[in-house]
Amino acid sequence: MSGRRLLDKLWDAHEILRREDGTSLLWVDRHLVHEGSHHAFAKIAERDLPVAEPGLTFGVADHYAPTRGGPATDAIARMIDTLSENTAKHGITCFGLDDPRQGIVHVIGPEQGLTLPGLLINCGDSHTSTHGAFGALAFGIGATEVAHVLATQTVWQKKPKAMRIDVTGRLGPGVGAKDLALAWIAKLGADGARGHAIEYTGAAVRAMSMEGRMTLCNLSIEGGARFGMIAPDETTFDYVRGRPFAPTGAEWDRAVELWSLLPSDSDAEFETTVSLDASEIAPIVTWGTSPEDALPVTATIPDPSLLQGSAADRARNALDYMGLTAGRALTEIAVDQVFIGSCTNARIEDLRAAAAVLAGRRAKVPGIVSPGSQLVKAQAEAEGLDRIFTDAGLDWVGSGCSMCVAMNGDHVEPGKRCASTTNRNFRGRQGRGARTHLMSPAMVAAAAVTGHLTDVRDLLRGREVA
Amino acid sequence: MSGWTTHTGPAVALDRENVDTDQLIPARFMSTPRSEGYGPFLLHDMRHDSDGTPVSDFPLNMVPNASILISRRNFGSGSSREAAVYALVDFGIRVVIAPSFGDIFASNSVNNGLLPARVSEADVDAAIALLADGPQEVSVDLIDRKIRLGNTTLDVTLDDVWQQKLINGWDDIDLTQTHKQAIAAFRAQHVQGKPWAVPVQQTDFRRAGRDTVSQ
Ligand code: SF4
Repeated sequence: MSGRRLLDKLWDAHEILRREDGTSLLWVDRHLVHEGSHHAFAKIAERDLPVAEPGLTFGVADHYAPTRGGPATDAIARMIDTLSENTAKHGITCFGLDDPRQGIVHVIGPEQGLTLPGLLINCGDSHTSTHGAFGALAFGIGATEVAHVLATQTVWQKKPKAMRIDVTGRLGPGVGAKDLALAWIAKLGADGARGHAIEYTGAAVRAMSMEGRMTLCNLSIEGGARFGMIAPDETTFDYVRGRPFAPTGAEWDRAVELWSLLPSDSDAEFETTVSLDASEIAPIVTWGTSPEDALPVTATIPDPSLLQGSAADRARNALDYMGLTAGRALTEIAVDQVFIGSCTNARIEDLRAAAAVLAGRRAKVPGIVSPGSQLVKAQAEAEGLDRIFTDAGLDWVGSGCSMCVAMNGDHVEPGKRCASTTNRNFRGRQGRGARTHLMSPAMVAAAAVTGHLTDVRDLLRGREVA
Repeated sequence: MSGWTTHTGPAVALDRENVDTDQLIPARFMSTPRSEGYGPFLLHDMRHDSDGTPVSDFPLNMVPNASILISRRNFGSGSSREAAVYALVDFGIRVVIAPSFGDIFASNSVNNGLLPARVSEADVDAAIALLADGPQEVSVDLIDRKIRLGNTTLDVTLDDVWQQKLINGWDDIDLTQTHKQAIAAFRAQHVQGKPWAVPVQQTDFRRAGRDTVSQ
């Protein structure tokens, strides 16, 4: 018999029972809720059900959180109030707008030590895969499932297949986790990992900080995978140790012992394995309306007439929406504004990477920098990063999902083009008619400096790179 | 949610790949209570010009009574927003036919009685070609997992669990309550064996060790 994979170990540790049809009932260790969970609270209220485990449930205001001043509209204010009311009613700890621990749900979970290796974590948000970076079984769920977790602290799920993405070699200077993620999504397609849990392995992944690993796991869903995970190691333990909700003393020691057993056995087999060489990856940007529409910044805009069938139609539609001409260099694309933020790229390391490019320079276009949490904001200010951004002419604002999802009022105007550190370049994602180009924080900073898509490596020459 | 076994209705083609959840329902509509109905928001920004006028030749505007939608690969990719399914269901759509679906969208669909019918790429090509001249009545049979349009029969790939759920209109919460004892036993052993898995500031929870599941 072949060895067990990280996925198997996590699955077995949470399986309460398995039905004949193969669906497992799994125990949920952490349930994170946000304003968007209002449908689910309404569902349990309809049936007059209590929250089964308020002590394992945590709320945070992020999707509608204002990043400047108060809520933009009454409807937005109501969303935030409803979350406070629902969490208060059920005795759930909630990091509201005035709580210094507030931030984006996938940033604050790890930051507070709520996210730990070996846990099963659910949240009504597809980027819950982020928490898999710790060696946790973490996946996004819909409102009906959120209501189910609230009512029972369990979730029904069929075990996915296991895919390994093995990344050998080293990422070059100015190239990071975002580029690696967009590279594999471009290679496999936006549905390339559908039905799979991804485990990221290899030297390039081991060398990554927790911030980089979170970026990588975060984007798993953009390649179709509900789960992305990385086996825990010393880097993981160093990050978690001493966090507010993390175990301490003898419990910590015991936990680390168990966590050290989680990595996939050396003879474990995966349904699919994909290999990438990190040293071959250049900074990547998206040109179209799906994360799979991604290319090295050194490339040219694809020509639909060279593509076949529905791919040609899709490229034509995408270029039309994006207002781009086939065959031109990607670096010729001028941007109207930039956004640095979101659960993908608004952790301290992301802000440092952007600041390293912007230091001593001016942005040619306006833009917003929204830190992933209030604690990240405080840290960045302690390091003087806020001054670098504001000196460059960018706005340093509060923490929340902001322009990633354009729910709080921050949005890109129709037809405007934004270089963005977020995760989705879907039509209208950043506002109706908005044109989004996804890239790393360093690449967004470079675009800000030149006013067009730019290979950040040219701006980093002679500078020290983190 | 009530179950169903067969459905016949007008089908319409949305000949696009990657119809994502942000297109199915733009985020700005999501603070609306469900009771107001999400139908008008379905594919809002594709169905309407920027001034709000309906686009007259958009497929769903030409066949507003469509109950079956045929589209291309990776339908419903993107976010976990169940509102994307509410928009389809409230508009009157009962079945979406495509070669592949976003994983979370597909489970959300089944939880709302909407069938995510997976068929081959070739069958989608054929179906879209058949619908080119206008809408047609299409029949869907959940029991034998077949879709009939004109003289063509398409095979649907559908997980057994989802098939049963759609047919029976099962509610998972009710189903799970029947496993109360197994859950309580698991919880006791899990919390005892891995005390570190309980957030450290929630020690009251551990001391009390209350059997909340059976409340
Ligand atoms: S930042 Fe964007 S992707 Fe992340 S949780 Fe918020 S809305 Fe979702």
